Amino acid sequence: MTAEDLTAQLLEQVRRQAGPGAEAVVRVEDADLALTRFAGSAIHQNTAESRRTLHLQLTVDGGRTAAASTTRARDAAGLVEATLAAARLRPRDPAWPGAAGAAPLVVASVADPATAGADPALRARLVGDFVAAAGGLATAGYVQTSSVDAVLATTAGQHVHGSATTAACDGIARLPGADGVARQVAAAVGELDCAALGARAAAKARAGTDPSPVDPGRWPVVLEPTAVADVVAGLLTGQFHARAALDGTGGLRHGEQQFDPAVSLADPAGLGLPFDPEGTPRRPVELVRAGVPVGLTSDRRTAAATGGTSTGHGGPASATWGPVATDAALAPGPGGSVDDLVAGLERGLLVTDVWYTRVLDQKRSVWTGLTRNGVWLVEDGRVVRPVSTLRFTQSYLEALAPGAVTVGSQVQALPRTLTPTAWGTHRVAVPALALASWNITGNAAG
Amino acid sequence: MSKAHDVPVPSAAYDAASAAVEAALAAGARYADARLVDRRTESMTARDGDVRTLDQATTAGLGVRALVGSSWGFAALGDPDGDAACRTTGARATAIAQASAAVAGPDVDLLPAQAHVDTWASDCAEDPFAVSLAEKGDLLTGVTATMRAAGVAVAEALYQAWDTRTAFVSSEGARIGQHIRECGAGMHCLTVGEDETQRRSYPAFRGQYGTRGWELVRELDLPAHAERIAAEATALLTAPPCPSGHTTLVLGGEQLSLQIHESVGHAVELDRILGWEAAYAGTSWLDLERLGSLRYGSELMTITIDPTLPGALGSFGYDDEGTPAQRRYAVRDGIWVGVLGGRDSAAVAGLTDTGSVRADGYARMPMVRMTNVGFEPGPHSLEEIVAATDDGVLMEHNRSWSIDDRRLNFQFGCEIGYEIKDGRRGRMLRNPTYTGIGPRFWASLDMLAGGDEWRAWGTPNCGKGQPGQVGHTGHGAAPARFTDVRVGVRG
Repeated sequence: MTAEDLTAQLLEQVRRQAGPGAEAVVRVEDADLALTRFAGSAIHQNTAESRRTLHLQLTVDGGRTAAASTTRARDAAGLVEATLAAARLRPRDPAWPGAAGAAPLVVASVADPATAGADPALRARLVGDFVAAAGGLATAGYVQTSSVDAVLATTAGQHVHGSATTAACDGIARLPGADGVARQVAAAVGELDCAALGARAAAKARAGTDPSPVDPGRWPVVLEPTAVADVVAGLLTGQFHARAALDGTGGLRHGEQQFDPAVSLADPAGLGLPFDPEGTPRRPVELVRAGVPVGLTSDRRTAAATGGTSTGHGGPASATWGPVATDAALAPGPGGSVDDLVAGLERGLLVTDVWYTRVLDQKRSVWTGLTRNGVWLVEDGRVVRPVSTLRFTQSYLEALAPGAVTVGSQVQALPRTLTPTAWGTHRVAVPALALASWNITGNAAG
Repeated sequence: MSKAHDVPVPSAAYDAASAAVEAALAAGARYADARLVDRRTESMTARDGDVRTLDQATTAGLGVRALVGSSWGFAALGDPDGDAACRTTGARATAIAQASAAVAGPDVDLLPAQAHVDTWASDCAEDPFAVSLAEKGDLLTGVTATMRAAGVAVAEALYQAWDTRTAFVSSEGARIGQHIRECGAGMHCLTVGEDETQRRSYPAFRGQYGTRGWELVRELDLPAHAERIAAEATALLTAPPCPSGHTTLVLGGEQLSLQIHESVGHAVELDRILGWEAAYAGTSWLDLERLGSLRYGSELMTITIDPTLPGALGSFGYDDEGTPAQRRYAVRDGIWVGVLGGRDSAAVAGLTDTGSVRADGYARMPMVRMTNVGFEPGPHSLEEIVAATDDGVLMEHNRSWSIDDRRLNFQFGCEIGYEIKDGRRGRMLRNPTYTGIGPRFWASLDMLAGGDEWRAWGTPNCGKGQPGQVGHTGHGAAPARFTDVRVGVRG
């Protein structure tokens, strides 16, 4: 049975079992996720999954809502029956925003047939490219391809279809005491250049051997795009959505020059399905314009609470985590390459990647985490030696303050999970940043 | 081994799994196993007195693992429709393994194991799916309304329940059925000040979970604690900050459980030690050459790996490659003596530590995971520990956690702290944090509580693997004392 036929069958079951007053969002998703993992320069885990999932959100009595899903695609009637029973038993939600009505898609599907049809041999070849380009260094990482095809319809008249693909490569090259990393995400597997990634990772590892510590304290830093992605992700998940604003847990000052004028951030809605699970078309959202916060992502509930319209960022976790952006783009600036940014550093640190970052204070966006995959001491605009793992405890909001930022010119598209997703990955496209101050609070020695 | 035989899976499930295994072998695999998994989940969240979400899901499908030469392949299919689909999935797993051979590694052998034919079910006094949604909703809305009425900015509560039936069949003759029921609940609230937010949770920052029924949630008695944590969250806004420096640190049991999880549990995972997780989860500071001699902590430090603990979240009858649950030591009297491993990783390492290979549902490849990794009850009580401390800080309930990719350098933030002076608990402290290096920290352990302060804390969200897998783990822990710990790290 086609996804369209199954969607129609689900809607019909809703009308038959719940009556004409029920509101429903039905979605049928066909997803394929394949991931080829390597370690010690050999493929050690190689997986592929295919599944059809039926999703139903059903509301009765104007606010009694239950959501359910099943991979038992042959049991549409059972899904409706169980969901209806649950909806009738739960308390009424006075803030239920209603189901999405008819609205045209704003962005087009970006789906690549070659990615959807990628086989394990292709992924193995790409792994081989990474391994070979590392020039004999031990390597580890993955190559992933995924595709999703979805049909969504609501009782309020929305009916949309979309497809999406992603391909990603993420790997390290290793020498004793030093790892180098490179990663890339794209909508099409043909855009992945795994050989270039392997070579870059190996070069980083070779430059990182025999690291030694530096003293904790506030340091000027150049963050490479792989590290910048974490800063952007931290701000998106904790600040730039309407839930944080409504709860007062965010620290944004909308309309003020809160960030350096070189900082402009958006969700271009360019990767992933063109609508969210509520049925709202995803639309590009400008979040920061020249250092001024100007926008937030939202779902139907938070949009209703703020008197606006949803930006199409609803999702399974948006009720609790907030309607977080799923495609991020930090605009390039005039700072040039990473080497150019390093050349402008009198004394500071070059940081490739960060790891295990966790928020300590949501309102100030204070995060702690560790460096990973390479840190270097910079003096007089030149890298002078590798540095061992450092812990930092830093406000991401304050790191981007006016006068504190130089934005690089070369953007990397990096794979990142911004909010829970059952397939593929999100994208964070960012340049390198030079920041005036970064709070190093410890090193490998404590 | 068998327990509470309730016919965990129908015989047709074994037939489907067997068909997949046969097809994998016919396509060229030298070993194959298959799991037909039927998992039902239910979760509800409430916020500020209203139910916010009610989600129910059924994920049913087949996962097949095939070994060709030195290479694994894994294929999964949702809701396979008949034997033909199972056979296709089995053959696909073998084809994937064959493709892996293009970038092959050293030989992989599986540690020899007995092929068990058995069934197992976890204990469950009150089926969480049989408790009415109205009652469950009333519980969550009631406690969030109470917290909200006490003046907090945000009050949230949730419960989660899982009912998983698995049929496991291997090409070596194993045929195991399991029925595991898990559930748990928790609540938290946020207060918002001028420049910061404060949070209090009960009973743990994401709730308490176990392989038990709804009786676990009843025992938590959420309503009895709602007003208290709301008052504490409000008081934290004006409490003095945790001082910075080195001092004696007393941790509550819930925080100690996460300390164990992060700096012991993950560190003793054999796949990390072997470098199989180097690119993502990371490696380990542990060197196999020092297994049996490395001092991990003080003599008070004894950590078991025990999936047989009744009711703990990391308990099972068999792991996902058919190895029966067994209790072992990871650290004994402060010496590192054991790892979490599987049949392939143990063979590579020359060890016999298997039984810790688990998968998140049918669609994920089994991998080394924690089970229940924790302390056994110690000789003291929290009251005795505080009374024996002249100057220190007590920290309770995790708020943030971060540790490096070798599991050495950690920093934890807790929700609430208390000054300890002259053997007495003093002022409340806000934003308590502590940091350290694993073996030095564990070497400073000098007091450990037990009795009814010991609990097997459940962690329902342990992330690992690519594609990502969420694991359910348990950690026996009780209040404990550590000396000369750096506290009060700020951003």
